[in-house]
Amino acid sequence: MSNKTLFLQGNAVCVEAALYAGLDFFAGYPITPSTEIAELLSLKLPRKGGKFIQMEDEIASMCAIIGASLTGLKSMTATSGPGFSLKQEAIGYAVMTEIPCVIVNVQRGGPSTGLPTSPSQGDVMQARWGTHGDHSIITLTASNHQDVFAMTVEAFNLAETYRTPVILLFDEVIGHMREKLQMPDPEDIPLVERLWTSVKEGTDFHPYLPREDGRLPMSDFGGIHRYNVTGLIHDMWGFPSNKPDVAHGLMHHLVDKIENRVHEITRYKEFFLDDAECILISYGSAARSALHVVESRRARGEALGLLELQTLWPFPAEVVRKRCAHAKYLLVVELNMGQILQEVKKAVMDPEKVFLSNKIDGTFITPTDIRNVLRLIQGKGV
Amino acid sequence: MAIRDYIRERFMPHIWCPGCGHGIVMNNLIRAVENLELRKRDIVMVSGIGCSARISGYLDFHTLHTLHGRALAFATGVKMARPELRILVPMGDGDATAIGGNHFIHAARRNIDLTAVIMNNRIYGMTGGQYSPLSGRGKAATTAPLGNIDQAFDIADLAMSAGASFVARTTTYHAVSMIKILEKAIMHKGFSVVEILTQCPTYFGRKNRLGSAVDMMKAYKTGTTPVGSEAKKEDPELIERGIFVEEDRPEYCTEYENIIKKAMGVH
Repeated sequence: MSNKTLFLQGNAVCVEAALYAGLDFFAGYPITPSTEIAELLSLKLPRKGGKFIQMEDEIASMCAIIGASLTGLKSMTATSGPGFSLKQEAIGYAVMTEIPCVIVNVQRGGPSTGLPTSPSQGDVMQARWGTHGDHSIITLTASNHQDVFAMTVEAFNLAETYRTPVILLFDEVIGHMREKLQMPDPEDIPLVERLWTSVKEGTDFHPYLPREDGRLPMSDFGGIHRYNVTGLIHDMWGFPSNKPDVAHGLMHHLVDKIENRVHEITRYKEFFLDDAECILISYGSAARSALHVVESRRARGEALGLLELQTLWPFPAEVVRKRCAHAKYLLVVELNMGQILQEVKKAVMDPEKVFLSNKIDGTFITPTDIRNVLRLIQGKGV
Repeated sequence: MAIRDYIRERFMPHIWCPGCGHGIVMNNLIRAVENLELRKRDIVMVSGIGCSARISGYLDFHTLHTLHGRALAFATGVKMARPELRILVPMGDGDATAIGGNHFIHAARRNIDLTAVIMNNRIYGMTGGQYSPLSGRGKAATTAPLGNIDQAFDIADLAMSAGASFVARTTTYHAVSMIKILEKAIMHKGFSVVEILTQCPTYFGRKNRLGSAVDMMKAYKTGTTPVGSEAKKEDPELIERGIFVEEDRPEYCTEYENIIKKAMGVH
């Protein structure tokens, strides 16, 4: 870690991390509260020879980064709720065609135009199931700027490793809050670069024939191999197919490459879990208040712990089940009506012990809000 | 090279109906590329969804078959990333001007160096004959059983107004001159639009009692006239074909190279 300390907005941290990870292409459309990401990159990208473009709409931005990624450039777009809705069809295209890219969603209140300048974590399920059809997807989040940096770099690494779109689900508090960032040195965090095919020119290249380890080497558009990319179900040549065995095989490949590697994709943090009778499960900005409650109760000798999720999808069900098995109560803290709550209930042996502390009014959840729910669970009244 | 060297025979037969004009367009695109002596590896073909969009899969270029209406948005990403590549974008009339209308006018406005080839058969063929923005008032379609009340676009006018620096129109009847127009469009530095009137005998033709594919092509002969001809003055119903605009204007990716130089402090 370098001595370089910066004091930045979360959106600016995301920009620094994306550049650190090797971002070369960004396409976006103005939308609160993510616009600063586009503004900063419109200067910082051309400074390193990269490309920035403000497209005519959110859909076009998503399409443009897929096109650019196919030529070999690490690519990203940034948006918020309404824009995230518009991008969904093209996100599914990136899933189907296995083109790496990163989508930042700085969440605001919804549905519809909602609360544009207020925090929310209402897009958790949309990140999972926003695009149509069976599929799997990777979604990461963070609660502080050091982790925003780490998870943004991680998003690029996972996108390249699994050849998939990766969603960074931040929120308005994280995006606009200013706090310290200890800037990592260039070598501090390993970067995953694109896996290029070793197939020589003139030899048949199968763009959609995975290696034994499931990874799929790429050949850049404009390079030595010419091949077809389509959003239709396709065979190893990348050509459309209606054959049931081809469809079955591709669907399984797309889902299995992620669901079979949950343990490799899962990132989380834990605080005082080992002897905790009550475990708070939280993520993103809500985890800041949860951590405050846990630390202050611990100081008074109460056995509280915090499991902070950083990978939301694929959901780390095994981690939740194992690390929370001994607790009497679980309290999910989130800024929505219980989207991760349902996943936690599905993951644990005894869903009756899972409770929710949430806020959906556009204001930030405070330690007092969480303490009030704790009193109810513990039978102490409000 | 022989024409077949541009075709992925593995992926034949194609999906087009007997009499469809899209094969003529594909053939002439190949001939234009061949005449220009372009390398296959320098060409990226980006298409959306529809009958016309299937051209990309059949040709041995870098081919990207994308989403309905979004071909130009994907193509913009490819071109920005690799400006040295030539990008051909085959589209249908619904693909280009209805669901993709926004991307079409903005690609034209930017004057980004893409070649949009719009196959205008005035119908949604792949879904079975619904009216498009080009069907025209009074025409029949499966979604206009009582007659279409939608007014039509003029693609060439739309492209010119939006800022395209090369705009042309031709038909499948005029196959020989189509090759020359496509060659010019491909070599033009900037956003080029070639509208090609192409017959859909299966849906537009049958619904509107226009006869066989040959009859529809003959109608392109009698119903069109070269740009600026005297015939147009006498019969305003005639559709003009030829090159409407061919101008040298600042191209988007070239302009962006200057932004990079500015950002890097190179003067």
